[in-house]
Amino acid sequence: MIYEEVTSGSRARRTLSGAARVLLELRIDGPLVVGLSLIAAYGLVVLYSASGQSLPTVLRTVARLVLGAIAMLLLARVNPNFLRRSTPWLYLGGCALLLVVAAIGHSGMGAQRWLDLGLFRFQPSELMKLAVPMMCAWYLQERPLPPTWAALAVLAALILVPVALVVVQPDLGTAALIAIAAALVIVLAGLRVRVMLAMLALGAAAAWFGWSFMHDYQRKRVLTFLNPQTDPLGAGYHIIQSQIAIGSGGVFGKGWMNGSQAQLEFLPERSTDFIFAVIGEEFGLAGLLLLLLLYAFVVARAIYLATQTQDTYARLLAGSIALTFFVYVFINAGMVTGLLPVVGVPLPLVSYGGSSVVTLLAGFGILMALYSRRKLVGS
Amino acid sequence: MPTVRIKDHWREQRLFDQRALVCAALIGLATVALIVRLFLLQVTRHDYYAELSQGNRVRTEPIPAARGLIFDRHGEVIAGNQPAYQLELVPEEVPDVAKTLAALVALNLIRAEDVAEIQRTIESSRTFDSVPILLRMSDEDVARFAVRRFEFPGLDIKTRQTRWYPNGDVAVHALGYVGAISEQDLKHIDRAAYAGTALIGKLGVESTFERKLHGGNGFREVLVNAQGRSVERQGAFIPTNLRTKAPTAGDDLVLTIDLQVQRVAEAALAGHRGAVVALDPDNGDVLALVSLPGFDPTLFGRGITAAEYGRLQNDIDRPLFNRALHGTYPPGSTVKPVIALAGLTYHLVDPKAYRFCAGSYHLPGSSFIYREYHNEHHGEVDLDDAIVRSCDVYFYWLANEIGIDRISTFMAPFGFGKPTGIDIGGEKAGILPSREWKEKTFSRPADRVWFPGETVSFGIGQGYLTVTPIELAHYASILASRGHVWQPRLVSAWRDTGTGQVHAIAPVSEGEVSGVAAEDWQRIVQDMIGVTQRGTAAAIGAHAPYVFGGKTGTAQVYTVARNEKYNASAINERLRDHSWFIAFAPADSPRIALAVLEENGGAGASAAAPIARKVLDAYLLDADGKVKPRT
Repeated sequence: MIYEEVTSGSRARRTLSGAARVLLELRIDGPLVVGLSLIAAYGLVVLYSASGQSLPTVLRTVARLVLGAIAMLLLARVNPNFLRRSTPWLYLGGCALLLVVAAIGHSGMGAQRWLDLGLFRFQPSELMKLAVPMMCAWYLQERPLPPTWAALAVLAALILVPVALVVVQPDLGTAALIAIAAALVIVLAGLRVRVMLAMLALGAAAAWFGWSFMHDYQRKRVLTFLNPQTDPLGAGYHIIQSQIAIGSGGVFGKGWMNGSQAQLEFLPERSTDFIFAVIGEEFGLAGLLLLLLLYAFVVARAIYLATQTQDTYARLLAGSIALTFFVYVFINAGMVTGLLPVVGVPLPLVSYGGSSVVTLLAGFGILMALYSRRKLVGS
Repeated sequence: MPTVRIKDHWREQRLFDQRALVCAALIGLATVALIVRLFLLQVTRHDYYAELSQGNRVRTEPIPAARGLIFDRHGEVIAGNQPAYQLELVPEEVPDVAKTLAALVALNLIRAEDVAEIQRTIESSRTFDSVPILLRMSDEDVARFAVRRFEFPGLDIKTRQTRWYPNGDVAVHALGYVGAISEQDLKHIDRAAYAGTALIGKLGVESTFERKLHGGNGFREVLVNAQGRSVERQGAFIPTNLRTKAPTAGDDLVLTIDLQVQRVAEAALAGHRGAVVALDPDNGDVLALVSLPGFDPTLFGRGITAAEYGRLQNDIDRPLFNRALHGTYPPGSTVKPVIALAGLTYHLVDPKAYRFCAGSYHLPGSSFIYREYHNEHHGEVDLDDAIVRSCDVYFYWLANEIGIDRISTFMAPFGFGKPTGIDIGGEKAGILPSREWKEKTFSRPADRVWFPGETVSFGIGQGYLTVTPIELAHYASILASRGHVWQPRLVSAWRDTGTGQVHAIAPVSEGEVSGVAAEDWQRIVQDMIGVTQRGTAAAIGAHAPYVFGGKTGTAQVYTVARNEKYNASAINERLRDHSWFIAFAPADSPRIALAVLEENGGAGASAAAPIARKVLDAYLLDADGKVKPRT
């Protein structure tokens, strides 16, 4: 008996330490990968129901996840010093690609976001979601922090050029996400609170100014956000239906594939931007809390990894990647529950479609690379 | 003294950790806010929303708006709407789907090889939904099905609106077409406005004026049961307040196109590749815009098959290519009038001085020979003869006298090298070469210098100079109006279908060509009249009941070796010269100016000019062959 206990215990320990060695070799952070995988698996279960039991939709999403996972594994193995050295080139290359897209889009007389590389279509604006915060971190790494006014001016230019190029595509949602990711780098670099407050005041003034210049339909969109009942068939329809879906789900939900709002297609864009409402309807408050818990775990772990990195570049970049992930979650959940206006931001790793899955997982790959090599940095 | 701040790594690490902590706290706060919101929705107000979800029995169905009509300048319909028939099947009402499909195959309505695909579509649909199984039924199909309908429970013929072009492919390159909404389209349209329609304007007027033509969707609220099936009543509940909003039809457009002239032009060019653009020199109205071969725009609205589209795309004659707006060609001798005008304006030529044409020209100090077309010898020619008989040697000399800088400066206001600004999108610009252009365009230093020899061939419209047919028509129109520049336009008015009011769109003037003396304009016009009376186009000018000006042009595609003779029949048809003709009429106060291009048509006088004459006649003459009075 004693003999058996000893061997089984040591076998378990051996297996565990074996797994740890593999993770270490891959430069993968175990807890983070587990968290991400759980979210993705949960998402696939929900997606099967939300897509009206469409297996092809689920399989396409699996394919995207696999592509993202490969990107994550590869990026996790990249030497952070190499990443840092190539940052300006990545940024400049990204800007050049955006210019190319703008030029082609202009002559094509329509909105254009992607480059056709023959084999696949490539959206430079997705690349910029990572390249712009990387560039900001790169710029700040050798400078005294908190950033000086001069540094802030340079950063503003570094951010505004690509953001403006994405705005003209026109893709306001992605432009805002790029700007937020970059702004988080600066906030993490220690941007003074009074500067932040001044900028908020400036933003409020700009909003007031913008309102007086807005087209009627734009004002309508804002008003609909403030009171969806004013336009129940038009723009308010999404918000009303998603609130009904979530609210009617109650604590434990109506059950998988039993949400009448989702299955009878009262809920628009149920498998893409509004999939959060499907979870709320079919799995109830319990299902949403579980999802939020998983997200919170991933974000907390990512922030922890960011604090453990050892130089400015790594810290700022890793912190921005972690926080941006939460921003996505909050914007989507806030929109679906009626806390925020309707903007087209998908629920990370759960919503169907879009190349953003790959970008997200690539971001986590970079974060892991920055963390796992922390002892080599600066050597 | 400026303070130098030094990086303090420990302080920065602390600062970062502090910030990360604050952010984590904010994240926690935001999460709590979300959870509070969820609690409010799912616990506190759960009963309220549960009831709403139970009562959520009203579905909003869009009613698509009728697309605006398009008329020609005389009110004849160019584009309208027509119902199309499609066969739909409601799975739960069909006793045996496989047998039914087999019976339809036997009736020759669906093809045996499509049955599997249709079956898949049916299986993936809800049993009570009406599934389209045959789009684009012909009248004959409808009749064949109608007599056997009793054998097919659960099948029905439904109608939907499709775009209808009563004239088939006439003016298709001006009009564009209506086709399926693509992924690209979806990115810049309001999806709600296109609910219930699968079609959107592509190319030409249909695309550029999409916003006007599309109209506003209506909607209808219908009662559905818990499974989403449309019902009249729900138990005891009969709805009283279901809302309906009628759609507002799209606005109608009035084009400047004269369908009769358009048809004549297309018939005259039929069987060839080429383009005809006719303009009103008084306001820029496009009277005809032809690019051949064309295609049937109705194909796209009804749902084009992959095979049909592939055929259009792979056709060697490129029917989808709009030659009038996108095709760039050397203008050949049609540029001679503007070169002559440049010589007169800069006082570099005495129009009465004779020069001797012995069939060839060479630059002083060079042995390179520039040949006359067909090795003709014109003998003694002055400026007027040189235009009338299209003497290349004279213009080789004149271009060299004026010099490239002055030529390209002078020609720019005539619209060369830039889009004309026609009111439909996607126009391409030709090239007006200059020293700066060459320096910008070429990368090899040796290529970036302007050679005197290039000025020489410029004189007869060869070399780098290229134009689109609409640019050349625009230029003919400027010559016709003695310098007035109008932006060509296809749409002259739109009718608000809501109020019935017609709103005219004012023509856009781009000012005048300045600095050219009145007597020089007159001389060039006279010379162009000479072309049609005793010059290269005398054959087609004969017996015209009006006086008109013209100029032939022959653009080289294939360079014949200097010592060879150009032998049209020996050269592959597609390497033969392009044939050009520009004209305006009546010469003293022109009402129409045009450019005709026949690709690989050979000499301008023999191919393009007769087509131009037919178009002029169609516009100017009445049924008895008399000149119509000005309206």
